[in-house]
Amino acid sequence: MSTASIESTTNSRSDERIREVSKIKKLLNRPDFGAMSGVILVFIFFAFVAGDSGMFAADGILNWSTVSAQLGVLAVGACLLMIAGEFDLSMGSMIGFAGMVIAIPALYWDWPVWSSILLAFTTAMAIGWFIGYIVVRTGLPSFIVSLAFLFILRGLTIALSILFTNKTIVSGVDRVAENDWLAPFFGGEFGTGFFTWLASIGAISTYNDGSPLVSGIPMIIVWCVVLAVVASWVLFKTSFGNWIFAAGGDAKAAKNVGVPTDRVKIILFMFTAFCATLYASCQVLEFGSAAADRGLLKEFEAIIAVVIGGALLTGGYGSVLGALFGALIFGVVQMGIFFTGISSDWFRVFLGVMLLAAVLFNNFVRKRITQAS
Amino acid sequence: MSEFIIELKNVSRYFGSVIALQDINMQVKLGEVHCLLGDNGAGKSTLIKTLAGVHKPSEGEFLYEGKPMTLTSPRQALDLGIATVYQDLALVSLMSVTRNFFMGRELTKGWGPFKYFDTQTANKIAVAGLAEMGIEVRDPEQAIGTMSGGERQCLAIARAIHFGAKVLILDEPTAALGVKQSANVLKVVAKAKARGLAVILITHNVHHAYPVADRFTLLNRGQSLGTFLKADVTREEVLEMMAGGQELADLESELAEFQRADSADNDGGNHALDAGQAATNSMQKAANG
Ligand SMILES: Nc1ncnc2c1ncn2[C@@H]1O[C@H](COP(=O)(O)OP(=O)(O)OP(=O)(O)O)[C@@H](O)[C@H]1O
Ligand SMILES: [Mg+2]
Repeated sequence: MSTASIESTTNSRSDERIREVSKIKKLLNRPDFGAMSGVILVFIFFAFVAGDSGMFAADGILNWSTVSAQLGVLAVGACLLMIAGEFDLSMGSMIGFAGMVIAIPALYWDWPVWSSILLAFTTAMAIGWFIGYIVVRTGLPSFIVSLAFLFILRGLTIALSILFTNKTIVSGVDRVAENDWLAPFFGGEFGTGFFTWLASIGAISTYNDGSPLVSGIPMIIVWCVVLAVVASWVLFKTSFGNWIFAAGGDAKAAKNVGVPTDRVKIILFMFTAFCATLYASCQVLEFGSAAADRGLLKEFEAIIAVVIGGALLTGGYGSVLGALFGALIFGVVQMGIFFTGISSDWFRVFLGVMLLAAVLFNNFVRKRITQAS
Repeated sequence: MSEFIIELKNVSRYFGSVIALQDINMQVKLGEVHCLLGDNGAGKSTLIKTLAGVHKPSEGEFLYEGKPMTLTSPRQALDLGIATVYQDLALVSLMSVTRNFFMGRELTKGWGPFKYFDTQTANKIAVAGLAEMGIEVRDPEQAIGTMSGGERQCLAIARAIHFGAKVLILDEPTAALGVKQSANVLKVVAKAKARGLAVILITHNVHHAYPVADRFTLLNRGQSLGTFLKADVTREEVLEMMAGGQELADLESELAEFQRADSADNDGGNHALDAGQAATNSMQKAANG
């Protein structure tokens, strides 16, 4: 058969070896499909169970979306790192550490708040770099290396805050941050004018003095959205995103075709540290206090959100949107259980079941994708 | 500029106590197909990996266009125009055809920090590259985990051909391929040679090696037994070199078959050879050349 005739056959009708794939099948192959349906189910459930409890009023919505966004910020970082084939278990300890790095210089050493915020970001990212460097240099599992830093950072935070302040909780950051130019980016609110206007036309409920019940959107939600959009764009649309998938899918193959896998992984460890610090900054500057035990177990919550979001624990597959859905499920259920008055012990049961279901589902998806190999 | 694009001078490579390569000298010329022969474990893959920037030579010199150079990464080799098809293909199953094709060398569009991966053009190039190898891709965005072994091999080859500007290295490229695809690979090799590229080819199949190669380098247990011009060796001698001079008895029946086939085209009575004779011939040539 000549090339011309091959071309004409392929042009005249589509490949005879493609079966018509239904839209649903295509949807099923998305990494975030499971989490997406989870979100819908969770919303339907609480709409019935907690529909009249205020969970879906303006302040209720703000409540669970803040919780989700906090976790979402961490999940976005953990997601990219997991797709690149690594874990960062030090994220939770990093939150406590970064919070103290903001609070102590600002309160005890008279640093301007903006400089202590910058110090927190630089120190955290330097530590993230160091963790990544150890991982790529030694080839040890990041699980172990970052577990070591989980303890190192937590211990360091407690020891240093006692050394410098004799306390493990320091408050009053809001007072010194009042006129700072950088602090509102973390502790402020977004769209206050809009909410005042909404209250003035009676669209949302107000306090007796006419000020709105919800005065604005906390910055953590804004950050979460910005971070997710940027991370998702980087992951799916840029060279670096391709490198992330390659590094997690098969680091040796990726290296052999010129992907700088070590650099990719180190950058992502710095990114998880950045996300943890972002979380800490928003928390410290919104509530005005830092505590050495902040962020306990957050690293696991982030990983759970990412796995519920469809990422494979072995790397190479996942989506930022999925991780965000995972965080949303987390936040909605946690707050929904609170609103409905169910004992919060059930939250843990639910979480475990959800995690197991997600892992089983992801495993099934992975087999579908790689079945020929 | 040197006559050779790549030159190795007394290159050795050790892995701990293992001597994978010892004192290898090799010259690769533009516009030539250089065939690497040797038994399993002879060190062929290790040798091409030192050319591809995966392994640094433990000793010896690597010259590129006559200049001594140390390749520190495969990326650097690719920047120099050296593209490689590895024996294990270096593909990621969970990634799509296009993402694999452009892995590490992404085609981007846009400016500065807003550069993005140009999926549409990339898809087209990947599909066209595979079509040249005789593979019709159904969906360039499908994960390659579902592709057949031969299809994956063709993908790895198409990728190397697209990115190899000067040197193309193929480590057993036809190992998993059908007749049609093998022929395509050899055609592509000939085409690359005609375009003036240097091609380094590893294969265990003499029918693939002999028609396209210009030079043969023979490796045995990590050492080079010399380089031969095609004009100086017959197909039988090549086959014998590939067998490493062993198990000649088994080969004899095969050799007899070649003899018949060859004498069909050219009335070659001079091909009557006994294996021992060929071995001495090649040793002499090694000594001379
Ligand atoms: N990373 C490594 N560490 C230790 N030993 C190695 C390594 N890579 C290769 N070797 C050893 O070097 C020798 C040569 O291996 P190589 O893969 O180059 O052989 P080959 O000629 O390509 O064989 P084949 O025809 O089977 O592909 C083998 O004995 C192998 O065990
Ligand atoms: Mg080999």
